Amino acid sequence: MKTTANPSRRTFLKATAALSGGLVIAFWLPGRRGLARAQGAPKAPIPPNAFLRIAKDGTVTVMVKNLEFGQGVTTALPMLVAEELECDWSRVRAELAPAAPEYAHTAFGMQMTGGSMSVGDSWTQLRTVGAQARTMLVAAAAAQWKVKPEACRAEKGFVIGPGGKKASFGSLAEAAAKLPAPEKVALKDPKQFKLIGKPTRRLDSVERIEAKTVFGLDVKRPGLHTALVAHPPVVGARVAKFDAQKVRGIAGVTHVVQTSLGVAVVAKNFWAAKKGRDALEIEWEAGPGATLSSEGLRAEYAALARQPGPMAKKAADPNAIKAAAKTVVAEYEVPFLAHAPMEPLNCTVEYRGDSAEVWCGSQFQTVDQAAAAKAMGLTPDKVTLHTMPAGGGFGRRANPASDYVVEACEIAKSVKVPVKTVWTREDDVRGGYYRPMYVHRVEAGLDAKGAIVGWNHAIVGQSIIAGTAFEPFLVKEGIDHTSVEGVSDTPYDIPNLAVTLHSPKSPVTTLWWRSVGHSHTAFVMETMIDELAAAAGEDPLAFRRKLLAKHPRVVATLDLAARKAGWGTALPQGRARGIAVHESFGSVCAQVAEVSLEKGEVKVHRVVAAFDCGLVVNPMTVEAQVQGAIAFGLSAALHSAITIKDGKVQQSNFHDYRVLRLSEMPKVEVHIVSSGADKPTGVGEPATPPIAPAVANALFALTGKRARSLPLGKTSWA
Amino acid sequence: MTKFYVNGEPVEFRAAPDTPLLWALRDHLGLTGTKFGCGLSQCGACTVHVNGEPALACSIPVSDLQGKRVTTIEGLPANAVVKAVKGAWVDKDVVQCGYCQPGQVMAAVALLTKNKSPSDAEIDAAMDGNLCRCGTYPRIREAVKTAAAKLAGKR
Ligand code: FES
Ligand code: FES
Repeated sequence: MKTTANPSRRTFLKATAALSGGLVIAFWLPGRRGLARAQGAPKAPIPPNAFLRIAKDGTVTVMVKNLEFGQGVTTALPMLVAEELECDWSRVRAELAPAAPEYAHTAFGMQMTGGSMSVGDSWTQLRTVGAQARTMLVAAAAAQWKVKPEACRAEKGFVIGPGGKKASFGSLAEAAAKLPAPEKVALKDPKQFKLIGKPTRRLDSVERIEAKTVFGLDVKRPGLHTALVAHPPVVGARVAKFDAQKVRGIAGVTHVVQTSLGVAVVAKNFWAAKKGRDALEIEWEAGPGATLSSEGLRAEYAALARQPGPMAKKAADPNAIKAAAKTVVAEYEVPFLAHAPMEPLNCTVEYRGDSAEVWCGSQFQTVDQAAAAKAMGLTPDKVTLHTMPAGGGFGRRANPASDYVVEACEIAKSVKVPVKTVWTREDDVRGGYYRPMYVHRVEAGLDAKGAIVGWNHAIVGQSIIAGTAFEPFLVKEGIDHTSVEGVSDTPYDIPNLAVTLHSPKSPVTTLWWRSVGHSHTAFVMETMIDELAAAAGEDPLAFRRKLLAKHPRVVATLDLAARKAGWGTALPQGRARGIAVHESFGSVCAQVAEVSLEKGEVKVHRVVAAFDCGLVVNPMTVEAQVQGAIAFGLSAALHSAITIKDGKVQQSNFHDYRVLRLSEMPKVEVHIVSSGADKPTGVGEPATPPIAPAVANALFALTGKRARSLPLGKTSWA
Repeated sequence: MTKFYVNGEPVEFRAAPDTPLLWALRDHLGLTGTKFGCGLSQCGACTVHVNGEPALACSIPVSDLQGKRVTTIEGLPANAVVKAVKGAWVDKDVVQCGYCQPGQVMAAVALLTKNKSPSDAEIDAAMDGNLCRCGTYPRIREAVKTAAAKLAGKR
C-alpha cells in the first residue's frame, strides 16, 4: 500500500486513532509489555527496550515490528541494530513482535507493513536503539573497570578497554540494563558502515528450509479445532437460511455456526470441516451483485471514461491538445486480480470470555487487534495478537476490514473452543478482495516536431479506500490518490496533462495489491509513452530521456538498464526488446525485457533491471526483491485475471488463475544504482510496475501490435 | 485402517480413509512441514516422497498408502544429496517467505537423487510443478545447479 507521499503524518495519526481508539508513539520504553515481563524475563534482557534483548550468553534478539512475509525484514532490521551495536552478527536473532503500541510506524501511529516502508521507517529508530545499547554496555564496562567510557570501545560483541581489558556483551548485559538510556547518541556516517550495504544472507534460511518455521497455518494449540467457512458464491450475497442436517452426521464435525459473511463448519480436523462444508445446504439472498459481470463493468467503465469527472490534475491549457498535429487515442483495460499468496489465509483464535489470543500473519496488527476485540466484545488491550510469519501476502493481509480475522473471532466466540480458520485456495481466489479492474482512456497530442502538447487521461475503477476508515483522510475531493498515483505525479514533463478519475461503486470488495495504483498506471503510462515515441518517429529510450530532463535520477536508472541490456544492439531473429521505467515508493526501477513468441505464446527470455532504491541496506535482499517483484508482475502481465459472470468469480485455483511457473521465469539481471543517497527508499514493490509495459513494448517491437489490455496472454500475438 | 510408514515410523491410520495424506500428516501426525497451497495438485507445496518418488500429498488419499513409505521434509535423511541441496539453498539465499520451500527442497532432492547432473531443461521440468509466489525461481535454478556441482565434486 502506498502511504509515503500523501497523506500527511497527521492525517494518518488521526486515521489510526479512529481505527484503534487510541494511539501511542513510543520509542524508548521501560521494558517489553506483556510476554517477556510476565515470563519473568529470566535472561535479564538488556537494554530494557521494546526492540532489543541481549542474553547472558551474548545472543542478541531484535524484535521486528513488521510482518515477515518474504521481504526480508527479519534480516534487514537486525542489520540496522547490529551496525550501531557492534555485536557479533552470528549471534543475532530476530523475533516478530506482537501487536503493541511501541511497535507502531514512527510516523503513522499504527503497527503495519506496507508501502515498501519497513526499512525506511526503522532506519533511524533501530540504529538509535543499537547506539543506545552500545553506549550503555560501554558505560557498564567502564564503571566496572573504573575507567572513562571514552577509553573503551565496542567491537564484535565485546567491550574493549585500556590495557587489554575485554568483557562480552552478555557478561555486561545485567549491569548495563540498570543504567539510564542515553538521550542523545551519535549515529555513524554511512562511510563507516561495516554491515549495512554488504550482501548478507538471511538469518532464517535454515529454519525455513527445514520447515521449522511455524507459519499461521501451522499453529498448534491444545484442543484446536479447524473451521471452514462457506462464503457467498455471488459477490455481496447474504445467507438467507441454511440446513446443517447432513453436516452433523459427519465424523469429526462439532459445530455449524453462522458468521456475518457466511456459515462456518467447525471440526476436529481440516478434512472433516471440508466434508462438512461441502454438505452444507445454504440458501443465499443474492442482492444487487447477482447480475454483475466484468463484461458489463468494462462497458460501463468505458462509457464513464468519456464523461467529465473529478479531476486529479488540471491542464494549464485544456485547449492545447486541439492544435496537435497528431493525436493518439487509446483505451486500456486491466482486470481484477487476486493476491493468491502461497499460504492460504488463516487465523487462530482462543477466546476466553474476558480476554483472547489471536495468531495470524497480519500486515495490520493495530487494525486487526482492534477489529478482533470489537468482534469479541472486548477492548484491544484484552486481545493478544501474535504476528506469525506469513507465506506471502502482497496486501491481502492488510485489510482495513480485517475480514478473515473478524470471521475467526466470531466463530471462536460462538463455539467457545480454540479455532483455526483455514481458507482453501478456492476460498482465496473467490474470497472477494481484489486489485480493482480499471479502464484508462488516454488522448495525447503531438506537434509537428513530435513533442507532446497535451494529454487527457481518464481513469475509471473502484476506489480501494472508499468505505474504509481511511476514507476521510485518503480521499480528497473525490480523488482516491491510490487510483491515480503514477499518472498525476508522473516525472515525465508532459505539458497540459489532465487527469480525470471516476470511482464507480460495485459490490466487489477491493484491496491494495503489491505496488497498488502503480500496478496499472505504469502499464498505461509506459505503453503510451512508447506509442508516442513511435508516432514521433523516435527511439523509445531517447524519447523518454528528453521528457525526463528534470529527473536525473530517473534518467540514470533508465540509462543503466539500457546500457546493461545492450539497448540498440542486434538481437537474434524473432526476438525484440522493450523498455519501461517507473517511479514508486520513493524508488525508481527501469527494465528492459527481451521477448519472442513460441507457438503463439509470449516468452520472456531476459529482463535487465536497474534499480535506484536509495541507500542499500542489504543488496542480497534487494536483488531477491527485484527478481520476486518481476515474477509477481509477470504473472499478472501474462496470465492472471479474475473475471465475474452473474456475480460469480469464474476462477477458483491455480489451474484457471494462472501464475508464473519456474519454466516461464526469464533470466533476470539486477543492477543497483549507486546513488550516494543517505537513506533507503522502497524495495518490495517498485520492481513490479515496469515489467508489464516492458514486455508489452517488446511485443510491439516484435509484432507491431499494441497491447491495450492485460493479461497479455489473452491477446493473439501471432 | 491403513498401515504405512512416515519417516520410517509405522503409522496405523484409523480416521476417514479418504483423508488426503497432506491432512493426515498435518492434523493427525502433527507434521506441519508439508504445506497446503492448493489442494489440487497445482502448486507442489505439499511435495513428499512416497517410496522414494516425489508425490503430492494433497491428492493422495491415505487409503492408497497401504504398506508404503512416506518421507516428509522433517524426515529427510542427512545424506549427500540432502546436504548439498540444503547447503546450496542457504548459500544462494533462496528463501523469501519460505512457505513453498519445503516443497521445493523435496522436489530438488528427488531430482538430484535420480539425476546428478540435470540440464537446464531437466531442472525446469522437474521443478515446474512447484509454484513460488515470491518468485524465488532464479535462485532455485542456481541452487539446484550449485548442489549438482557439489555432488559432482566440482566444488
Ligand atoms: S497443495 Fe498439493 S499441489 Fe498444491
Ligand atoms: S518463498 Fe514465498 S512462495 Fe516461495
